[in-house]
Amino acid sequence: MIVLGVALLAACTLIGVYLGDLLGVALGVKANVGGVGIAMILLIAARLWLSRRGRLTKGVQFGVEFWAGMYIPIVVAMAAQQNVVAAMSGGPIVLIAATGSLVLCFGAVALLSRIGRRDPGSGAVEHGGSVIGGETEPASGPAASSVGKG
Amino acid sequence: MDQATGHAIWHGIEHVFVEQSLVAAFAVVGALILVSNFAAKRLTNGRVHGSAIAIVLGLVLAYVGGVYTGGKKGLADIPALAGIGLMGGAMLRDFAIVATAFEVDVVEARRAGLLGVLALALGTILPFIVGTLTAVAFGYHDAVSITTIGAGAITYIVGPVTGAAIGADSTVMALSIATGVTKAVMVMVGTPLVARLIGLDNPRSAMAYGGLMGTVSGVAGGLAATDPKLVPYGALTATFHTGLGCLVGPSILFLAVRALVG
Repeated sequence: MIVLGVALLAACTLIGVYLGDLLGVALGVKANVGGVGIAMILLIAARLWLSRRGRLTKGVQFGVEFWAGMYIPIVVAMAAQQNVVAAMSGGPIVLIAATGSLVLCFGAVALLSRIGRRDPGSGAVEHGGSVIGGETEPASGPAASSVGKG
Repeated sequence: MDQATGHAIWHGIEHVFVEQSLVAAFAVVGALILVSNFAAKRLTNGRVHGSAIAIVLGLVLAYVGGVYTGGKKGLADIPALAGIGLMGGAMLRDFAIVATAFEVDVVEARRAGLLGVLALALGTILPFIVGTLTAVAFGYHDAVSITTIGAGAITYIVGPVTGAAIGADSTVMALSIATGVTKAVMVMVGTPLVARLIGLDNPRSAMAYGGLMGTVSGVAGGLAATDPKLVPYGALTATFHTGLGCLVGPSILFLAVRALVG
């Protein structure tokens, strides 16, 4: 059932964000610490667990992958509500601090991505790209042949 | 058709948009992406990703909306387009980011785990140093202001959280938030431009990128515009970035700055 996939996604998100809040309180931080990241790890674990037991039905998969496919439209909506006026009128100190850290961080990405070997990426990665890009027919083929490898 | 009828029709449409705000947002964003994909194919011959154009277009519209309404939420401050605020707000954004984890190749993610941690550390320290040096160069001499502006260069959430914790004044806070927002916008626009240059084309480098750039909205936009397959890997590390920044900003980093400037 499709709704079970959506509910699974919702449950993982809620639990993750809750744990992130708890972690924030435990560390004495006024922020959620890694809630979304924890939720992502929970969802990955749930996917592996379901696929091992053969419970990863097309419906469940579709319920989650629909929202993965809505990712880009949601990001476009997010871009459309940024406070761009404030960003454009911040003055030199804002511009220099932002540009400086951006250039430095891009440089660090270039350095770090050269550490270790560079693999071209597996089929699972490519398949994921087409789902998130909103192009693939969701839940096509036998329930994600790429899943079992983990 | 006389003016009164035209007015009535226009009002009717506006009424539907206000009442069906989220549904209207789906339609508007869909149309935006349709136009962007068309432009990507016809005007750039497919060299530029359609989603990159859509995101830049979104930012331009946010600017127009901000100037038009004088508000802080871009297009979402226009009543008929308020649904954009819900659709692109933190709730659905995080929901969709979590959903992308369904596509993660666990082997790849685990292999790059340590790299991600290293990136997170660098992604907190490097922007902070740049931000503090800029603050000093512009004549700030007290540890509180310097730290708050430096924290803003980490992300626009770390900035005000740190500032509030150590008691910065509101003009410095505004400066700190503006720095973070500017960085997020620049990450969204800049990433697809430099992606090839910095080797951002595989899950490993995406995890390093997420940790270094941090700002979830910037990373979310930047990777969507570059290559959707990289999204979950970058998001996985980026979501820990703000929490880490909020943790060390008012504590270790503030103490370090205070030790240096007295």
